[in-house]
Amino acid sequence: MSAHDNSAPVAQPARFAFTPANLEKAKAHIAKYPPGRQASAVLPLLDLAQRQHDNWLPRAAMDVVADMLGMARIRVYEVATFYTMFNLKPVGKHFFQICTTTPCWLRGSDAVVAACKKKLGIGIGQTTADGMFTLKEVECLGACVNAPIIQVNDDFYEDLDGRSTEALIDALKRGEKPPVGSVKQRQTSAPDGGPTTLKDLSFAGGKR
Amino acid sequence: MSDGGGGLAGRTIKFFLDEAEVEALPGETIWQVAQRNGVEIPHLCYSPEPGYRPDGNCRACMVEIEGERVLAASCVRKPAAGMKVRSASERAKFSRKMVFDLLVSDQPSRNAHPDPDSKFWRWADKVGVAAGRFPATHHPKPDRSHPAMAVRLDACIECNLCVRACREVQVNDVIGMAARNHDAKIIFDFDDPMGASTCVACGECVQACPTGALIESALVDERGVQAQKPNREVDSVCPYCGVGCQITYKIKDDKLLYVDGRTGPSNLNRLCVKGRFGFDYVSHPQRLTKPMIRKPGMKKDAHAPLDPSNPWSHFREATWDEALDVAAAGLKKIRDAHGPKGLAGFGSAKGSNEEAYLFQKLVRAGFGTNNVDHCTRLCHASSVAGLLEGIGSGAVTAPFMAAKDADVIVIIGANPAENHPVAATFFKNAVKRGATLIVMDPRGQALKRHATHMLQFKPSRDVAMLSAMLNVIISEGLADKQYVQAHTEDFDKVAESVKDRTPEKMAPVCGIDAETLRTVARKFARAEAAIIFWGMGISQHVHGTDNTRCLIALSLITGQVGRPGTGLHPLRGQNNVQGASDVGLIPMFFPDYMSVEDPARRAFYEKLWGAKLDPKRGLTVVEIVNAIHADEIHGMYIMGENPAMSDPDVQHAREALAKLDHLVVQDLFLTETAYYADVFLPGSAWPEKTGTVSNTNRQVQMGRQALPLPGDARHDLWIIQELARRLGLGWNYAGPADVFAEMKQGMPSLDNITWERVDRESSVTYPCSAPDKPGDDIVFSDGFPTKSGRGRLVPVEIRPPAEEPDEQYPMVLTTGRQLEHWHTGAMTRRASVLDAIEPEAHTSLSPGDMARMGISSGAMVRVSTRRGTIELRARPDNAVPPGMIFIPFCYAEAAANVLTNPQLDPMGKIPEFKFCAARLDPIAATAAAE
Repeated sequence: MSAHDNSAPVAQPARFAFTPANLEKAKAHIAKYPPGRQASAVLPLLDLAQRQHDNWLPRAAMDVVADMLGMARIRVYEVATFYTMFNLKPVGKHFFQICTTTPCWLRGSDAVVAACKKKLGIGIGQTTADGMFTLKEVECLGACVNAPIIQVNDDFYEDLDGRSTEALIDALKRGEKPPVGSVKQRQTSAPDGGPTTLKDLSFAGGKR
Repeated sequence: MSDGGGGLAGRTIKFFLDEAEVEALPGETIWQVAQRNGVEIPHLCYSPEPGYRPDGNCRACMVEIEGERVLAASCVRKPAAGMKVRSASERAKFSRKMVFDLLVSDQPSRNAHPDPDSKFWRWADKVGVAAGRFPATHHPKPDRSHPAMAVRLDACIECNLCVRACREVQVNDVIGMAARNHDAKIIFDFDDPMGASTCVACGECVQACPTGALIESALVDERGVQAQKPNREVDSVCPYCGVGCQITYKIKDDKLLYVDGRTGPSNLNRLCVKGRFGFDYVSHPQRLTKPMIRKPGMKKDAHAPLDPSNPWSHFREATWDEALDVAAAGLKKIRDAHGPKGLAGFGSAKGSNEEAYLFQKLVRAGFGTNNVDHCTRLCHASSVAGLLEGIGSGAVTAPFMAAKDADVIVIIGANPAENHPVAATFFKNAVKRGATLIVMDPRGQALKRHATHMLQFKPSRDVAMLSAMLNVIISEGLADKQYVQAHTEDFDKVAESVKDRTPEKMAPVCGIDAETLRTVARKFARAEAAIIFWGMGISQHVHGTDNTRCLIALSLITGQVGRPGTGLHPLRGQNNVQGASDVGLIPMFFPDYMSVEDPARRAFYEKLWGAKLDPKRGLTVVEIVNAIHADEIHGMYIMGENPAMSDPDVQHAREALAKLDHLVVQDLFLTETAYYADVFLPGSAWPEKTGTVSNTNRQVQMGRQALPLPGDARHDLWIIQELARRLGLGWNYAGPADVFAEMKQGMPSLDNITWERVDRESSVTYPCSAPDKPGDDIVFSDGFPTKSGRGRLVPVEIRPPAEEPDEQYPMVLTTGRQLEHWHTGAMTRRASVLDAIEPEAHTSLSPGDMARMGISSGAMVRVSTRRGTIELRARPDNAVPPGMIFIPFCYAEAAANVLTNPQLDPMGKIPEFKFCAARLDPIAATAAAE
């Protein structure tokens, strides 16, 4: 089951309000659209609300967004349940989205999933008792060249295997923030082991 | 739309359907053309009913089009000239069969299905799929949380007809399609159980659902499996509000199973919770079916309620002959002792035109007095007074469907989403189309969400607010000078009266800022077509007639009347309040609003009725109550009215009823009024009789008997006639058709409308110019039926309400209705579904006031005014502004009218139900219950 399974009762907060700073941002989003088309701002506003609210979207926040945009609340619920990026129940501080689509799977995502489960003692769709980690299986994250991948909150960790996944979890547990991108120190998606062509390119200012 | 063929034919398209050349009208889809030509194409997600947009999602209607790579969904595809469509090619049939195969695979088995005869199964049979070949995937649990509707999503095919029903047709926005792909499912709000959602139970989804996944609870057993189905049906019209929705009763033997909406002009299949689910009051255990006579010496105590389940404590059973004899003898005795003025009658706006006509005839010809009235006095009397004075006609100038042609819609002092729910759907449709909706009401409401402007003005300051709008329109030169010159009089007087009432001056009085007042006034005046709807928020004030005069002035000085999308429309309350007033169930008028004081008219009726008639207007509802206290009236005949609940200062009214020497009550139940009866005559419920009713749109519609009379109950028409005979009137009407024919003789408004025609067409609008032409929806395109032919503009003073809040009573009490309950609740509180949804008395309060006074939701509170005190539960309601108390008046255990102020509008004689000073106190003792 996905994080959109609403069958388990979720303790919903009674109220939600944007912080003054986020309210300004929300107004800026709304202002991008012509009068009568405010509903177009629903995705950025829901995203703002989720970011403000520990990375999950309570019903009260959807209601606030609906009322701000003059939308029927049900329309916002439809949007929020349609997009898998919205979490409709609480998630851990480190929200792991593990890609298991074909390229990641061919490159060893099974081992990545197994490492997560072993290290955290939870299954897919679950959250650790301390509220630190949530595991979610997702479809293609769009970084197949560096498969397999875990997205932790907004950051991609790439070129993972079982061991590096465990190391990532350990680092997060220690409160560190490991550098994002390839865990093999690969330059973006350049070939494994370093560039094979254009090795001696130099740019103005001497930067590679 | 005037072209009879030439222009239209020019826009039609010719194409080929299964080799035959066919013609498509503009906008028609392939499916519609096929249907018209008798070619059947399966369909599930498409409904040909009015208001439903084709969606093309289910793929059950696929057809093959020559030269196209893929099949097309015929419900959405429009034909092109010369296109060759094959509706039943092998490829199309195979594809459609596969759709059914997939869907049937996921359905519950047919013998455990909520509706084995549903549209879905009928099509599956025709397509030839009895069982699916694929493994089933999902089995959601049934949801039986709602008292009226059962949800079995395992039978859902996600065609989203229910979503369109809820979102686009009724515009309630409760049902949605959540998630995506194979997780997609129908949800109520945020996947709440239906019974816990914001569903208003209009049941549109149930009527639209092609599978039975959403179905009337009455048709299924506790597992959600079909338990019973109807074996006959009768077309009729709804007995509740003035909208006049046409319905079809679905009956098994002699039991009403459920009700479907029918394509009447004012509802297009739509219904609300009352009209769909509010009918089992007819068989409530408290229904009285035996005539009864009060036991000798049984005191009438205005302070001790009776038990409606047990009338035998105070009454004994009687035969019809005995009961009618005693009823008539008592009335005659008073007539002989005190003269005609000693008697009065209250008829009913819930019965038929024929009953209302006979009732007023009985009072006028039999009692010899004009003391006859009904609840119109409590709802729109001031609107009618204002309209008669201003434009010479008390009826609407345009039906509410005219909203579809309006650019600006003003709704003032009305809450149609609760009180005229089906009319409200047309207003919401208009907003979706792009109309500007201006709602003006001290209390918020469901339409607020759809409104372009919501003006929550200070209670009772209507005249100030409307005067400011008039001021803007006149001072900014926005009045329609041509229209004013051609069709109105006394413009200068109104202009003079509002000259100083600038928005800036009126803003602090009415609580709406000047800029908003200007904006709204300009939008109204400048609109191509603007229409005004109003309700009891306008009429139920001591300045109700003045409020109406302001609305008439707004409409007339801007020329917003007499054209499509324009007009003045007081939304009438009862199903037949328009008709009952039309046929003369009011003290000052004969049928068709002809004055009883007009000698020529009186002579006409003296001849027609063969009786001497009272030359002076009679007393109105509240005046009659006062006349009883003044020892002027001693006997009454009350049919289908409940003044012991509906009158203002109701304790005063109850004391009057208890004081009567002789009271004859004709009703279904032992109502609060019937407590004081000397003789009780058990009448017929609406589904048990045949007769015409006239709705708010001036549509005369046919109600047909669907159920037999229970026990010894009799048709009301028969009862009135029997009583009349015993009063010496030699009546001999064979049935309602006879009465209709007589009624027409004095009513030019019914020209070209015969009983047979109403029966044949089910609905005919008056006025009507020919027997074969539809009636006129929009009237007064060229002047008004006044003496001068002009609309009269009447200047008004700004007058305060009769009782302002003070130290002792610091809040404002306002009363009204709520969606689930009708009027005094005599019917709806005995309808199981409606009673289950709203079972007990409550008051709606602003959450701020509740917090300030330490009142928690559901706590008991005490509401007091100078008239009395009631205790009931508090309900937080954001729609209620601080300082206001709102109480629905349908609850006998905490009757709001114990509190209301009986002060009258001087012209309409309507009491001020919408405003009085009140006091709210928490009741401490109940706090411990939590």
